[in-house]
Amino acid sequence: MPEPMNAPISAPISALPGARFDGLAHIEEAGLQGMITLRGDLASKPVKAAVTAATGAKLPALRQGTQGKSGMALWMSPDELLLLCPYGEVGAVLDKVNAALGDAPALAVNVSDARALFSVSGLGAREVLGKLCPVDLSPEAFTPGMIRRTRMAQIAAAFWMEPDQSFRVICFRSVAAYAFDLLKDAARPGASVGVY
Amino acid sequence: MLILTCPCCGVTAEETEFAAGGEAHVKRFGPGASDEEFRDYIFARENPKGVHFERWRHANGCGKWFHAARCTITLEVFGTYSAQTTTPPKAICAAITAKRPGWTWRDFA
Repeated sequence: MPEPMNAPISAPISALPGARFDGLAHIEEAGLQGMITLRGDLASKPVKAAVTAATGAKLPALRQGTQGKSGMALWMSPDELLLLCPYGEVGAVLDKVNAALGDAPALAVNVSDARALFSVSGLGAREVLGKLCPVDLSPEAFTPGMIRRTRMAQIAAAFWMEPDQSFRVICFRSVAAYAFDLLKDAARPGASVGVY
Repeated sequence: MLILTCPCCGVTAEETEFAAGGEAHVKRFGPGASDEEFRDYIFARENPKGVHFERWRHANGCGKWFHAARCTITLEVFGTYSAQTTTPPKAICAAITAKRPGWTWRDFA
């Protein structure tokens, strides 16, 4: 018997569970990731305290990400950060963030389910993203720890580089399938350009 | 293709990462503005061959608005600057003068 339309969803599910592709680079949907958008004056004490409370990381510099004990803080714009934490702990982390913010004019929102996350790794990773984004991805220009918000073909996306030189790509969940197809197409075997 | 540098996040990218926002420094008169002033505020736009000032938004990036001074013939960008101003900064004007001596645009020169 089919479940009624208003039945509660039993467990959270990521955008494209198990989606993966091996080509010039290894592309994989990275599953559920806790994400909190934090907007406010990045130079203010309460925002710095909130970042530390949520992730254990320092406030990231312009277009950089910082790794903490329990998560990551990523620079999104002059007044916006993205905080990463385990998916199951978002509620608790959000409480910590709000406690640290106090009465400061700032906003923290759980956006975990609004986004999709992919990992792009392997030797061709720079080239795969370079085909899709108007970004200089040469090893001199784009280094581990950097984050870049940009355009991936027709959609907005952001990516940062992990210490092992693999990329993490986020986009809106509603365009996850499009983003995965783009990455897959760019990583098709035999489609190597050899720039990076 | 235009290559713009966002003054808010420092990213240099080509124009597809940005969204054009029309002419810069359009002045709204009032209260008590005349019909002609209001008409010009709504409709009258420059269409220069040469130096031009525009508003742009880093739509696929940090999301912030900014101003750009560029040449409509060569697509050369003389500089970008904060959106929170009603006149181009001196440094931008100087950069334009260095390359296009004698330029004028609306009330600026």
